[in-house]
Amino acid sequence: MAGKVITITSGKGGVGKTTTTANIAVALAQTGAKVVCIDADIGLRNLDVVMGLENRIVYDIVDIVEGRARVRQAMIKDKRLPEMYLIPAAQTRDKAAVSPADMIKLAEELRQDMDYILVDSPAGIERGFRNAVAPADQVLIVTNPEVSAVRDADRIVGLIEAEGKGPGHLIINRVKMEMVKRGDMLSQEDVLDILAIPLIGVVPEDEGILVSSNRGAPAALDDKNRAGQAYRDIARRLLGQDVPFMALEEKSGFLQRLGALFGAR
Amino acid sequence: MGEKVIGAASPATTVSIKGIRDGLLLTVRGAASWEEAAVAVLNRIDQTADFFRGARVALDVGDLEPEAEALAGLRQVLAERRVTLWTVLGTDAITTAAQAAGLNVAIPATSPDAPKTDEDVEFIHEEVGEAALLVSHTLRSGRSVRYAGHVVVMGDVNPGAEIVATGNIVVWGRLRGVAHAGADGEERAVVCALDLQPTQLRIAGKIATAPGPAGQPQPEIARVRDDRIVAERWSGTRAR
Repeated sequence: MAGKVITITSGKGGVGKTTTTANIAVALAQTGAKVVCIDADIGLRNLDVVMGLENRIVYDIVDIVEGRARVRQAMIKDKRLPEMYLIPAAQTRDKAAVSPADMIKLAEELRQDMDYILVDSPAGIERGFRNAVAPADQVLIVTNPEVSAVRDADRIVGLIEAEGKGPGHLIINRVKMEMVKRGDMLSQEDVLDILAIPLIGVVPEDEGILVSSNRGAPAALDDKNRAGQAYRDIARRLLGQDVPFMALEEKSGFLQRLGALFGAR
Repeated sequence: MGEKVIGAASPATTVSIKGIRDGLLLTVRGAASWEEAAVAVLNRIDQTADFFRGARVALDVGDLEPEAEALAGLRQVLAERRVTLWTVLGTDAITTAAQAAGLNVAIPATSPDAPKTDEDVEFIHEEVGEAALLVSHTLRSGRSVRYAGHVVVMGDVNPGAEIVATGNIVVWGRLRGVAHAGADGEERAVVCALDLQPTQLRIAGKIATAPGPAGQPQPEIARVRDDRIVAERWSGTRAR
């Protein structure tokens, strides 16, 4: 079966596209799938850093497109997992170095022997975004529970629908449950109320994510990390499994849990 | 006098506006010269600059025959008002000039006064009413609908989306973006929605914002009363 191309995008920057891409890739690869990530953020590459593969870059995506390297040569193998690879972005070029047609061609080649091709889109709605979405079979839209990120996600959903790539699936990232409870943060329902697209993941805010990104070891590698667990759940949903959404309650004490059991508030 | 007066159009010149699939069609009739037609168009656009801002305009000047240079000049002046002149209709000579000026000549130049489709004719003649633009999907952030006439949306109008219509706006869904009814100056225009929570509501030259999150959503109709916009619960009786 030919591999599936999944593009991760958001419109707004800083909502966690790259972290999400790295973690879903790790979680998919942990199941034994063959996964390759493409960093489509040419000129502002990050995915290599988050995945901890920066020091192994020899060739990049522009080298492939311009014929200086074969696809296999530019694929960096992640040694922590059986079959995970990265095609890094070029840092010294810009979005115009690659066209949507180049991306489709590259994806077609990768489909032959990979199960999943994850494309990390740059922020914005311009060339880089169009490059990233062009080859997509499925689009994951990452947003944060804040008004501006949701507004941008709404724009992205509209553009994806116009491209005929379905409404996409939503990942709500960096949810702080205690803030939602205080009414200081949009709830999952508020976000879905505006966007009205299927939800595929809710990821709690987790300081561990920042630490793991800086260390180049995606949180999904850590069995105990809650955000990592949320990403593993997303991966399983992508594989077609029916995984219930985890309760994002703060860790509660024994007495509170006992109280909840008896319906006390 | 005998000299051409730039800046004034003869009263006999009329400019009519019609929403077409590709934007707005401006039809100029009764102008004695191209200059007069161009001035009439500019005056018309300046009257309701807000409505035209960002619009794509096709121009039908009948049997006038402007030079390519004059067309290019008008396009430049319109561009300064953020209006895109993309095609000019008329005789063969104009079409040639328009091509020379780099304009599109995609609309068939045959009788642009005639309604575009048979349905238009039948609809108007069968029932007393006016044609409207039906948008049968949700308008997400960044989408803009501009129409010379009424607009009906079956779906939501999300924050960041806008509708600008010279007539009424009806939203069968939640209106949370910007709606401008009667953009041409028609104060009798109304805006209705199943849930009326617009970022901003405009009717003709009046502007209002939603008073804040309401409790239970209910169908409402907004209109101008005593010089300001008021929203009332839809009572199921006549709209006017």
